Amino acid sequence: MSSWPILSLITFLPLVGALFCLIVNGPKEAVERNCRSVALVTTLATFLISLLLWIRFDPTKAGFQFEEKVAWVPALNIGYHAGIDGISLFFVLLSTLLTPICILASWESIKVRVKEYMIAFLVLETFMVGMFCALDLALFYIFFEGVLIPMFLIIGVWGGKRRVYAAFKFFLYTLLGSVLMLLAIIAVYGQVGTTDLPTVMEKLDLPFTWQCWLWLAFFASFAVKVPMWPVHTWLPDAHVEAPTAGSVILAGVLLKMGGYGFLRFSIPLFPEATQYFAPMVFGLSLVAVIYTSLVALVQEDMKKLIAYSSVAHMGFVTIGAFVMNMQGVQGSIFQMLSHGIVSAALFLCVGVVYDRMHTREIAAYGGLVHRMPRYAFTFLFFTLASVGLPGLSGFVGEFLVLLGAFKANTWVAFLAATSLILGAAYALWLYRKIVFGELTKDSLKGILDMNKREIAIFLPLVLLTIWMGVYPNSFLDPMAPAVDKLIGDYQAALKLARTAALVP
Amino acid sequence: MIVGLESWTLARPEIFLAAATALLLIYGVVRGEIATPFVSVATSVALLVTAALLFLPYREGTAFSSLFIVDRLTATMKAMVLVGSAIAILMSRAYFEQAKAWRFEYPLVVALATLGMMLMISANDLMALYVGLELQSLALYVIAAFQRDSVRSTEAGVKYFVLGSVASGMLLFGSSLIYGFCGGTAFVQISGALADGRATEIGVIIGLVFVVAGLAFKVSAVPFHMWTPDVYEGAPTPVTALFAVAPKIAALSLLVSVLMGPFKPLFAQWQQIIIVASVLSMALGAFAALRQQNIKRLMAYSSIGNVGYILLGVASGTEIGIQAVVFYLAIYLVMTLGVFATILMMKRRNIMVEEVADLAGLARSQPMMALGMLIFMFSMAGIPPLAGFWGKLYIFMAAVEAKLFVPAVLGVLASVVASYYYLRIVKVMYFDEPAEAIDRPAFGVNRVVALVAAFLIAIFSLVPQPLSLIAEAAAKGLFQ
Repeated sequence: MSSWPILSLITFLPLVGALFCLIVNGPKEAVERNCRSVALVTTLATFLISLLLWIRFDPTKAGFQFEEKVAWVPALNIGYHAGIDGISLFFVLLSTLLTPICILASWESIKVRVKEYMIAFLVLETFMVGMFCALDLALFYIFFEGVLIPMFLIIGVWGGKRRVYAAFKFFLYTLLGSVLMLLAIIAVYGQVGTTDLPTVMEKLDLPFTWQCWLWLAFFASFAVKVPMWPVHTWLPDAHVEAPTAGSVILAGVLLKMGGYGFLRFSIPLFPEATQYFAPMVFGLSLVAVIYTSLVALVQEDMKKLIAYSSVAHMGFVTIGAFVMNMQGVQGSIFQMLSHGIVSAALFLCVGVVYDRMHTREIAAYGGLVHRMPRYAFTFLFFTLASVGLPGLSGFVGEFLVLLGAFKANTWVAFLAATSLILGAAYALWLYRKIVFGELTKDSLKGILDMNKREIAIFLPLVLLTIWMGVYPNSFLDPMAPAVDKLIGDYQAALKLARTAALVP
Repeated sequence: MIVGLESWTLARPEIFLAAATALLLIYGVVRGEIATPFVSVATSVALLVTAALLFLPYREGTAFSSLFIVDRLTATMKAMVLVGSAIAILMSRAYFEQAKAWRFEYPLVVALATLGMMLMISANDLMALYVGLELQSLALYVIAAFQRDSVRSTEAGVKYFVLGSVASGMLLFGSSLIYGFCGGTAFVQISGALADGRATEIGVIIGLVFVVAGLAFKVSAVPFHMWTPDVYEGAPTPVTALFAVAPKIAALSLLVSVLMGPFKPLFAQWQQIIIVASVLSMALGAFAALRQQNIKRLMAYSSIGNVGYILLGVASGTEIGIQAVVFYLAIYLVMTLGVFATILMMKRRNIMVEEVADLAGLARSQPMMALGMLIFMFSMAGIPPLAGFWGKLYIFMAAVEAKLFVPAVLGVLASVVASYYYLRIVKVMYFDEPAEAIDRPAFGVNRVVALVAAFLIAIFSLVPQPLSLIAEAAAKGLFQ
């Protein structure tokens, strides 16, 4: 146990930075410069502190660590309860890693209203980290929903042409799913009398029909966030219209909130309903995997293509989470982390050329390798990581999920595996169209290769991708006890339900 | 019957307010128009002193042969009404000065309306209820039409008067039926008669329906909401601000004390009515506001929607439900005053504007004003972590606890629809290209009110506990 509230520090440090940005005043250039620096310094500091979590994390324990618990609204029995286990640890790190990268990526591309932009990102980081640390249903909901406000502004203010439409669609879609979860949370509260997650896990005992209703309410929220087919349609719009850094956070962290939600809430709170609905989840995920891969093949917009590939990759995640064996769940988490880094990097790659050419149309590019060798390498690297080249991070997650799925249901594994082929098809097609070929377009003749700032953005992501691909155990080991406990509890609950059903 | 000293001490805040209003009226009449600034400030101070008198020292009990009741709930509600009225008076000065309608009668009529509200909140008898309600209503009819050379204002006043009279008539008719069937107008007599088996009499039920309909009009719940958008749009903006808070809180408090007091035995009967009114209000408030261009009209529909949520708390009929009502009203008071303070700052070349489109690009021309409005809008939409979320959470907790699942689901869905128009205002302020810039708001009451309101919302978002303790104490009074 740490003696100082490290989780709260990580959660609220960005907010302090945001306050600083808010009070910065003076001539426009100075304000912008200061806000950028403040944001970068704050997010980097947050990241460094969050590394302490990993160092001091005890990988042998299954329970929650670094716990903090303060009564917040005793009248409603809502507490500020934060803590992390092996499942949430890396999501916190992912959030704190991607935010400074986003700030760096927006260094030059964001030219208007820099101050507000940095504030929005800092607030967003607070909500993201807080959500992954929250061990209280109400607290979780607050952070989960709170994310919408800064993201809405980021898409709407700094986005592309149809940004208003995309921002509204994003907000309303997600809100619609979430409010149903709010009612489910209230129903759980009505049953247990508190929203404290460990207590709820211990005491919650619902009849099967109730479990199903509440599971569906949680599912509505998380499925929209993941997003699962057929509620994924907000994602391509949001991605295409969001500024580069917005897409990075969307793909890197926001989508993971859904998958994380399944593992943290749906499965442990409603085990019987989970078992009951698992085939439905498999079905929807397989449709997502195959259908959206096919859709990705015909896209004309780079970001849209990557957005659809995200839906397909997240389909893997949901399959892995619901096969409920060690390989599947670990694979699912690993796939989320890997996707968080790789797809974020791919959006950054799009951002690099977008900043230069201000178009995302695939047809507008071609032959970039002649002018931008460093860029060609980086893009290829992440394309292959996304496809699942062994030795890079994408492979580990996909392989584990397929292994887990194979154990549970061969057909699911078989159909899911087709996405490896389709994924390679669209990703390599995209790469060929953009980077290879003759450099014939006049507009591209003067394009410049990546500068130092851009290299600095990609370098940590490249290293991490290799690390995750070559030695995944540094990530899998800390999460193993928590995953083991999740599965163990799940099996025990099912067994209990079965014996209860036998006794008349 | 001899009225003892005890009665006078219990009613001391009301007596103080009445006396202060009378004195200020005399002063105003003697000094003429030049007295206006002093009278308005003095009235606000008097209202705030009245609020302080409620709690210094706090006493509870019934007075004047049980016509009048003071408990935690009524005291809390009165405090909210008084604060709302006092701030609404302060907010109105700049507006009326510009409209050349700044007269000393205005604050005094508001004070009289507030006195009526206090009487109706404390009513413990159908007669007292009616007298309080009429004092309030008559004063409000006058101030709706206060800008008497404006066609819109006078139209709003007349509309409010005609429809309000119909509602008062319904209320009176319902009261007489109940009197006939229960043999008394005092709340204790009614609840006694109902407990004795009068509850099944059809006349009582009809009387109840009329009383509830009359009160539903006053809180502008669907289907008795028709007056609201027109009156809100037509009345001078500071008057709209007052309408949106003080009378609404008073009428809701009255509704709660009538339904949870004498008519408690008829819970199953009135619950149905309230649920229907609640769901319809939430839905109408959400859908009808979607296409409104005038921000005051939009706020009218928003207030109808908010009343829908509050009624859901009432419909649960439980202690937590009443807590939720008090909690929600407190947050609603702050948010609404903040929004109207911002609307009152919307001037272009020194002329008041009130279209949503006039806010275009506000985030660039007046960033702080836009930020305040952003906070209010997200809070109204009930998006966490802002304070409005706690209000909605409280309401839905009460609804789920009372097993009102279907209304709760409809309520959250309506809140998603409603969030669209709140977001639209944010969109206009933040996403749209600037129209001709809004004037830089002069330093004044409205700026302070908006700032304090935004600040309070932020505080309540982080620390809702004190407010929920107040709500808890208030609701307890009703359930002893």
